[in-house]
Amino acid sequence: MITIEDILETNQMITVNKLDVRTITMGISLRDCAHPNLRDFCRNVYDKITRTAEFLVKTGEEIESEYGVPIINKRISVTPIAIVAESCKAESYVPIAETLDRAAKEVGVNFIGGFSALVEKGYTSGDRILIESIPQALAATDLVCSSINLASTKAGINMDCVREMGEVIKRTAELTRDKQAIGCAKLVVFANAPQDNPFMAGAFHGVSEPDTVINVGVSGPGVVKHALEDMKGANFTEIAETIKKTAFKITRVGQLVAQEASRRLGVPFGIIDLSLAPTPAVGDSVARILEEMGLEACGAPGTTAALALLNDAVKKGGLMASSHVGGLSGAFIPVSEDEGMIAAVKRGSLSIEKLEAMTCVCSVGLDMIAVSGDVSASTLSGIIADEAAIGVVNNKTTAVRLIPVPGAKVGDIVEYGGLLGYCPIVPVNKFSSEAFIARGGRIPAPVRSLTN
Amino acid sequence: MKLIVTVVGKDRVGIIAAVTKILADNNVNILSINQNILNGFFNMILFAEAGESKIRLVDLQQKLREQGEAIGVEIKTQHQDIFDVMHKI
Repeated sequence: MITIEDILETNQMITVNKLDVRTITMGISLRDCAHPNLRDFCRNVYDKITRTAEFLVKTGEEIESEYGVPIINKRISVTPIAIVAESCKAESYVPIAETLDRAAKEVGVNFIGGFSALVEKGYTSGDRILIESIPQALAATDLVCSSINLASTKAGINMDCVREMGEVIKRTAELTRDKQAIGCAKLVVFANAPQDNPFMAGAFHGVSEPDTVINVGVSGPGVVKHALEDMKGANFTEIAETIKKTAFKITRVGQLVAQEASRRLGVPFGIIDLSLAPTPAVGDSVARILEEMGLEACGAPGTTAALALLNDAVKKGGLMASSHVGGLSGAFIPVSEDEGMIAAVKRGSLSIEKLEAMTCVCSVGLDMIAVSGDVSASTLSGIIADEAAIGVVNNKTTAVRLIPVPGAKVGDIVEYGGLLGYCPIVPVNKFSSEAFIARGGRIPAPVRSLTN
Repeated sequence: MKLIVTVVGKDRVGIIAAVTKILADNNVNILSINQNILNGFFNMILFAEAGESKIRLVDLQQKLREQGEAIGVEIKTQHQDIFDVMHKI
């Protein structure tokens, strides 16, 4: 029997600690949409998305209401467009991005991900056209998200693509400069990208996935922080146990929502992504959890250890709560989307170098970091290469989502609004990586033994 | 389908009557009620079973929410499963 305390605890998590389900993401395969004629291909894509996801938003809203737990986003991920569009005779994939945008707006989702290419070992013609189309595609659309996987533990790092993506990010920033380079907030560069990630901007529907699938991303940093507030002076064994128990409860809600969405939509359940996803709202921050463990400010020595413990305990607690776990699962540390991270950058306790160290132990990478518009393409590429190396060597997913804001300087603050938040411009190392990045080629896959 | 109705707000005459009338009108059976007054504030958690009811949960939620607004209390109606999954293994 459920007790009164249980009911009050659950409702407090939702109303006070901002527990929510961050996203229900429907993965849709577009493999059956391929057509040599671009117009026919776009029509196939539009029809399939609008037909398959017709009831996604309505179903999400019903579940939200019936269980009384907010479901913040309803989203769609599709097969990487570079793969399914490759047989089209087209010189640009911008019209495909516009089609995705229209389809997403028609069904009412927040974002659609999958304007993507997987090029860790090299390019096909479709990959080249897609990457070339990214800046224009992101400038011409509102809801389309793009991602490129350019490195993996099995293949190494495609340094030609690393160089190219620095330039693509710069061009995207330039084309969306009137909106503070918001195009770059919809573009992620990955190493070891997961095929079933429900979170944007990096979601795409992997080629080994079923025709359609429901993946759910949970959230709940506020709930974890609240649980730790009662643990002043407790040791780390006790802290880890508390985080595990809290993560279990959070994930069970995600599992319930995923099962219900799957049943009502008649679409197979894929995975729960166990990530603690923050928002810019006060009380919904991963940085504040780290500070609750005893750090004066996020970024202080000890931050990486605190994050490692948090990330591990969230996974351990969440794993038992869900039948299938996948995606990025861990803790997210996006700067602009986390009120505590923003405050830490403002007060000078958190630098991009410390963030890089933190990405060695958490679920993603250098995420939503605004940098000055005069940071060069090769410096961006250098940062991407470093992140990719961390992912490749440590057999984990890493990603980079940097926003070089044209005209902005260190000390300025850029505002994106909503879940994307706001961000002080983060200083970047001034020394050049140009000759390093200019080499191109591939960094070989790392040895997996002799692990020192 | 089991439901949990939580009601919180300033105490006044007829809160339970107003809530339970809507439940009865819609063929929802009450299993248990836990209610008290704390510093003039009314708190109630009501367990109900809607097995025989024809009404959709979202419609029942709306009726209760509107009634709550009319009498100055917050009424939240939830499917019991969310509590079960969180607190039972």
